[in-house]
Amino acid sequence: MSEHGHHHPAPPSAIERRVAALEALLTERGLVPDGFIEDVTRRYEAEIGPMNGARVVARAWVDPDYKMRLLANGTTSIAELGFGGSEGSNMVVVENTDAVHNVVVCTLCSCYPWPVLGLPPSWYKDPPYRARMVREPRKLLAEMGCELPAEMEIQVWDSSAEVRYLVLPQRPGETDGMTEAELAGLVTRDSMIGVARL
Amino acid sequence: MDRIHDLGGMQGFGTVVSSPTEPVFHERWEAVARALLMLVADAVQASGGEFRHSIERMDPGHYLTSSYYEHWLTAAATLAVEHGLVTTAELEEAAGGPFPLSGPVTAEPVLDAGPDLSEPRFAVGDLVRVREWHPSGHTRCPRYVRGRTGIVTRVDGIYSVPDIEAHGPARRSEPTYSVRFDAHELWRDGQQDVFVHVDLWDSYLERP
Repeated sequence: MSEHGHHHPAPPSAIERRVAALEALLTERGLVPDGFIEDVTRRYEAEIGPMNGARVVARAWVDPDYKMRLLANGTTSIAELGFGGSEGSNMVVVENTDAVHNVVVCTLCSCYPWPVLGLPPSWYKDPPYRARMVREPRKLLAEMGCELPAEMEIQVWDSSAEVRYLVLPQRPGETDGMTEAELAGLVTRDSMIGVARL
Repeated sequence: MDRIHDLGGMQGFGTVVSSPTEPVFHERWEAVARALLMLVADAVQASGGEFRHSIERMDPGHYLTSSYYEHWLTAAATLAVEHGLVTTAELEEAAGGPFPLSGPVTAEPVLDAGPDLSEPRFAVGDLVRVREWHPSGHTRCPRYVRGRTGIVTRVDGIYSVPDIEAHGPARRSEPTYSVRFDAHELWRDGQQDVFVHVDLWDSYLERP
């Protein structure tokens, strides 16, 4: 409440003031094209996200030839469904089986396959996940609700160079009658990072 | 550089707080910060190496206590100042307070990057050891694999070496590899059936 008794929005935080400062200075110098910020924001909020990766996974579940191509060349096979570009121009797809579980991390920064998964969730970018997934993956996966049988092999992929990884989860049981679109609806972001199984 | 961003294997960070879904941007400033970095990186023609290094040079305390998008904002402002688009004084005046930037580059620019390497020195199945060294500039070779031995499982494309492109206009391209390490080789803790794959440039590797 202000001294006048009206409701006012909270004053901007320090970080908001810093962002606004840089935005204003760059705009003054003609470096911020009209609509650019809104455009980029809308694309990542509406068009680029894990629903894209889910379509890739569902296609691989219903089409064995596609799955073979996907595992042999992730980039071109994902492009068949119309996905590609920044942080997705060199894709490797790794397949979960009854014996092997795959999980993806970026210990040095936050590399993530944007075209198929969108922008990474906060926990993927924060220190605990990046520090621990390469050191004690079985324990961390269990803590995250993904308890694996003791004999299941774990393959951790640290995205430290140019390749970005997508995990191909196993198709859940009792889904025989489902359409490709229905199957895509079962595929979660976490199952394609490898911190969950379906 | 052996700095705070190189987190693989560090201990004491506690639990991962996750939720199955979250908004792409929690607040509008995050989206703006992200877009501004894209614009600055484009305006100053920053390579991927230079961009990542501008985050890695953050004060370690600031790095650990700020979110990903604050890292991006800090990188955008740092690159904008270093390339003469804005000054620190202008930023602080416009923000009405302090505007912490990343620390200075301490590595010398690479003047002669040497010839490109077009043929992979290693093949799938080869044993390789990661060089044990501590460069003063940017590198994509995580500390936790240095000096460790692994096996090449994939030969990938030929790419610009980040350690060079981060420090000036010189460029050298080399093959990259995916190298598989047994977790016990990395941590000496008896873990079984756990493997960690790290993707590495050719010059990070030597024959064991």
